[in-house]
Amino acid sequence: MPLSSLTGTRLRERRLAAGLRQADVAAEAGISASYLNLIEHNRRKVSGEVLDRLALLLGVDLSAVAKGVDAALMAGIQAAVARGGTDASGTVGAEIDRQDEFVSRFPGWAGLLVALDTRVQTLERAIETLNDRMTHDPHLSQSLHEVLSSLSSVRATAAILAETEDLDPEWAGRFHQNLHHDSERLAAGAEALVAYLDAGSDTAEQGIAAPQEEVEDWLKSHDWAIDDATLSSGLDSEIDGLASTAARSLARDHLARLADDARVLPLAGFVAAVDTHGPDPFALAGVFGCDPLVVMRRLAGLPGLDAGLVLCDASGTLTFRKPAAGFPMPRFGSACPLWPLYAALGRPQQPVEAVVEMAGQGGRRYRVQAWASPRYPFGLRGPELREAGMLILGAEPEAVSTLPIGSSCRVCPRGDCPARREPSILSAAA
Amino acid sequence: MPEARRGEPLSQHVLLIEDEPNIAEAIRFILSRDGWRVSHEADGSAALERVRKDRPDLVILDHMLPGMSGLDILSALRADPETVALPVMMLTARGRDREMAEQAGANRFMSKPFSNAEILAEVRSMMGR
Repeated sequence: MPLSSLTGTRLRERRLAAGLRQADVAAEAGISASYLNLIEHNRRKVSGEVLDRLALLLGVDLSAVAKGVDAALMAGIQAAVARGGTDASGTVGAEIDRQDEFVSRFPGWAGLLVALDTRVQTLERAIETLNDRMTHDPHLSQSLHEVLSSLSSVRATAAILAETEDLDPEWAGRFHQNLHHDSERLAAGAEALVAYLDAGSDTAEQGIAAPQEEVEDWLKSHDWAIDDATLSSGLDSEIDGLASTAARSLARDHLARLADDARVLPLAGFVAAVDTHGPDPFALAGVFGCDPLVVMRRLAGLPGLDAGLVLCDASGTLTFRKPAAGFPMPRFGSACPLWPLYAALGRPQQPVEAVVEMAGQGGRRYRVQAWASPRYPFGLRGPELREAGMLILGAEPEAVSTLPIGSSCRVCPRGDCPARREPSILSAAA
Repeated sequence: MPEARRGEPLSQHVLLIEDEPNIAEAIRFILSRDGWRVSHEADGSAALERVRKDRPDLVILDHMLPGMSGLDILSALRADPETVALPVMMLTARGRDREMAEQAGANRFMSKPFSNAEILAEVRSMMGR
């Protein structure tokens, strides 16, 4: 059972809270007091029967102890440090070697830190969006050019009229005419500019929330499972409630696809087949004669299975992320290049399967199955589009060989990784 | 009116490449009154031919032109041995354009909206007057 490095600390806290002596507890558990002392100071890993007995004696919820610190919170803290934790010289200010302790002792503060970090990212994205708009928007650029041009003309012409003492009446008339014409242009240009800026004042439209995250949050509020009847009737009112146009469009596309999947694999027959063959996308695709990606999406929407799912396009960009417990997925940037998802992307139509061990999750293992399908929307001579999917299912402790992977290089503690893209902020502490 | 310069036998020649007719008219007026001979071209694609034909002493070049952009014209001028050293003042609207104009080999810049006095002072200084 994967254990947090703080299991001993928790046991000690419970013993002290119960007012029990170390020697008494050790005797009851059938171990020496010095051994218990080592366990309590996290110097010996404790597992199996000894842990069961200690947990029983101290009235500790074993699953809570074994689960250790909140993996999502931990991943959030690591991401926060990765993004903003270094000073100008590249030194990490935060005590990374004690982040376990921080998250478990102060989950509220840690949560606040993660929330603040998320907010900073959101604001940074909004600034980037606005900046892009200022520099690349052709309408804005055109309006500004128009205003500056007419203003230049007004200024030069007005100065001639004001400063030339012996101006020929014919020239004066001409410049007055130009001035009139340019002031009209200036007014029209300014109006266009104001209208443009007014129309774009909806903050939700300016990328304050990433559309993909908005859709994922919404699906999460449905526990990632939308039943077939709801799919076929649609969820228009809820989708209309999403903040950005992009999110509404993504949500509609996603639901349409789920509805198609439901038609290919109706629930009753699908559940019966899962009971017979297990949640195996390759076996089930064979049974139903359909694309394994359809099976993966169906499995990810099956209540109670807790299957994680990631989808990516041919550039490797994650287009859909349904997390599995203890399997952190990067919110921004690229994921771990060792994910079997990418192996499948490079070998379309071939099953890729592995048992993986996610870095920094106490040796937690997952069975992952990946598949990629090519598509030719403009016919075989048109561009080839690929989509890859990776289904993530719960731990298999007895697995013999595992593939060590991570979430994303910056927050991955693996020191000897051949696929490393950039230094980790954690490797020093790991 | 600068009387002293009126009698100069060969007044120096400025070619103004600018598509906004009213800006062109104003600049033309100011420079002519200061004793410069000014010709004008509004179309970017005809500008290079005009430079070859007119052989001006100085070019005032707008950044945004129809046909061929001011930067393209400048690059072509700098690539030609005949015009590699021709003094060019660029009229730009944005800071970013200025950086690109500098790289393309502009001698001076003038940001819109400029004042008449600034234009005059720059032209005089470029021509050593």
